[in-house]
Amino acid sequence: MAREIYQAIVDGILVGGVYALMAVGLTLIFGVLDIINIAQGVMVILGAYLSYELAARWHIDLFVGLLVTVPAMFVIGVFIQWAFIRPLRGRERTSMTLLVSYAVALIIEGILYQIYGADSRQLNASYVISSVHIFGFYLSDIYLYGFALALVLVAALYILLYRTGFGRSVRATMQDQTAARLVGIDINRVAAITFGIGVAVTAAGGMVYGATNSFNPNSGYDLISRLLAIVILGGLGSIGGALVASIFMITLESVVDIWQPEWAIVVFYAALVLVLLIRPTGFRGRQEVRAQ
Amino acid sequence: MSEGHVASRKVLNRFGGLTGLRLAGIVVLLAGALAFPVVYPSPTATNYGVYALIFVAVASAWNFFSGFSGYISLGHAVFFGSGAYALGIAARDWHVTGSGVFALLPLCAVVGALIAVPFGLIALRVRRHTFIVITIAVFFIFQLMAYNFSFTGGTTGLDAPFLPWAAATYNNPFYYIALGCAVGAIAMAWLIRRSRFGLQLRAIRDDEDRARGLGVRAMRVKLTAFVLSGAVTALVGGVWFFYLTQVQPPSGFDPLFDLSVVLMAFLGGIGTVSGPVLGALIIEPGQLYLTANTNGYISEILLGALFLAAVLLMPRGIIPTGGEYFRRLTTRGRAAIPAIPPASQRAAAPSGPRSDEGATREDGALEAARRRAGETL
Repeated sequence: MAREIYQAIVDGILVGGVYALMAVGLTLIFGVLDIINIAQGVMVILGAYLSYELAARWHIDLFVGLLVTVPAMFVIGVFIQWAFIRPLRGRERTSMTLLVSYAVALIIEGILYQIYGADSRQLNASYVISSVHIFGFYLSDIYLYGFALALVLVAALYILLYRTGFGRSVRATMQDQTAARLVGIDINRVAAITFGIGVAVTAAGGMVYGATNSFNPNSGYDLISRLLAIVILGGLGSIGGALVASIFMITLESVVDIWQPEWAIVVFYAALVLVLLIRPTGFRGRQEVRAQ
Repeated sequence: MSEGHVASRKVLNRFGGLTGLRLAGIVVLLAGALAFPVVYPSPTATNYGVYALIFVAVASAWNFFSGFSGYISLGHAVFFGSGAYALGIAARDWHVTGSGVFALLPLCAVVGALIAVPFGLIALRVRRHTFIVITIAVFFIFQLMAYNFSFTGGTTGLDAPFLPWAAATYNNPFYYIALGCAVGAIAMAWLIRRSRFGLQLRAIRDDEDRARGLGVRAMRVKLTAFVLSGAVTALVGGVWFFYLTQVQPPSGFDPLFDLSVVLMAFLGGIGTVSGPVLGALIIEPGQLYLTANTNGYISEILLGALFLAAVLLMPRGIIPTGGEYFRRLTTRGRAAIPAIPPASQRAAAPSGPRSDEGATREDGALEAARRRAGETL
C-alpha cells in the first residue's frame, strides 16, 4: 500500500509539472489582461491535434514538432487577442471577455469535431510506451520527458519575466496598467504577446497531455475545469501559486485515485471550495481579486 | 436599461409602469403565444414552441439574478439538471405515473431553492472571475455526482413516466405549461426590476461596496435573487425532463446549456426584461433547426460565431442598441430626452442669449445626467 502511495506521489509530481506549465499560461494571461481564458482547455487539445497531425502525416517526432506547433499556437493566440479581446471595453468587460473566450472554445471544439470526429486518439512514439525503473519506481519515459520539458519551459518563462526588459514591462502591467502606460509601456503590445505566450505553452502541454491520455475534442472541458481550480487555488495572477497548486492538486488527485478512481476529480473542487471558504483570494492571491 | 425604469416613473405611478401601447403589445403577444398551437398544430411546430418557451423562462430567470446583480453565473445548469433529476427520482421512488407527475413540479422548485442556498452562500462570497469559476466548479461537481451516484442512474440516467397521450396533440399540454413558466418568469423579472429589491440588486451591480455603505444588505439581496432564480430554473428543468422523457448526466448538466442561456441574455440585452426573451426566441429555434438539419457541430460553431459577432458589434444587446437607434430615428438628432419642465417654467430660468433649441438640448443633458445619477443609486 505504502509503495502504491509513493508511486502515486511521484506520478502526481511528474504530471503536475505539465499542468503547471498550462496553468502558468492561464494565470499569466489573467495577470496582464484581467481575463480568464476559458478556451485554454480546448487550446491544449488543439495543440495535441496539431502534434498528432505532424506525427501521423509527416512522421515528425513529437518533441521536434513543438518547434512548429508552439509558434503556431503563439500566432493563434495573438490573433484571438487582437480580434476578439482587444475590442472589448466598458463595464461588462469582465464577463464579456470570459464569454468571448468560451465562444472561441466552442468554435475550436466544433471545428475539431468537424475534422476529426468524436473518436478518441492518443499520440504515439517509442518513448510513450517505454519506461524506466529508478529507485524501485516504474516511471514512464513520456512522464519524465514531459516533466523535463515543463521544467525547461517554466524556467524559460521565468527568465523572460524576471531577466528581460519585456518581462519587466509585463510585470509592470500586471501591477498597475495605468502606471505602466504612463511610463511608456505599450500595453496593447504587451497584452498581445502575453496572450500569445499563454496560448503557446498549451502546444507543449497539449503534446504531453495527448501522449499520456487519450483525447477527443470534448476533453477540453475536463482540462479547463482542473486548470481553473488550480489557478484560483494558487491565487489568480500568481505564477508561483499556480506552480505550487498544480503539483499539490495533481498529486492529491493521483493519491485519492488509488481508492476512489471515480471521485478523484471531486477532490479538486472540494479543495477549491474549502480553500475559498477560508481564504477567498487563494493561496497567494492579490487582494484586488476580491474588489469589484 | 435606465429608460424603462426611470423615464416612465410618472406614468408608472398611474398605470403601474404600463403605458397603453405597451399593454396592448403585451396582450397581442400573449394572445399570439396562446393561439400558436391552434394555428400551427403540427408536432414539429409545437416542439419548437415548447423548447423556445422553456428557454425564455430559463433566460429570464438567469437574467433576474445575473443580469440585475452583475454576478454572471455559468452554473445554472446545476439547477436545471437538479430539477430534472428531482422529478425523475421522485416519480420513480414514489411510483407516480401518468399526468400525476405534474403535481411534483413544485418539488423541483423547492429542490432548486434548497441547492441554491448553500451554493450561493459559498459562491457569493467572491466576485467577478472567481464567482464565475466557482459556479463552473459546482456545475462539474453536480455532473460528476449524477454520473457516480447510484440513485441518479449513473451513465444511463433516468426515464420519465410514460404519458398515454395521442402523438398528434402530445406537445400541447407541455406548450401551455412552458408558456405558464415563461410568463411567470418574465413577470417575476418585471416585478423585481420595478421593486426596491431590484434597485438594490442593480446598486450591487454598479458598485457593491458603495451599495453596502448605503445600507444594502448585499449578501441577503444577492442570495434571495439567486435562490429565486435557481428555483424557477429547477422548475423549468423538471418540465424539460418530463417533455424529453429522459435525462443523462451530460444532457441534464450541459456546459452548452449555460453558454446558450448567457448568450440569449447578452444578445437580447442583459439586465432588461424583454432582452433575454427576445434572445431566447431567436437562438433556441435557430439552434434546434441547425441541430436537426446539420451534423450538430455546425450549430456549435455558429453559436460561438454568433456570440462573437453579437459581442463585438452590439456589446449591449439588441434591445438597448435597438432602442437607442429607434430613439435617434424618432428625435432626428434632437436631444434624446426632452426637458421635463414646461416651457413657461424654463423661461424663468436665466437662459442668456442662447437659442431655444440650445436650451432644450442643455436641459435635456442635465436631466439625463440627473437620471443617470439616480439610476446608479
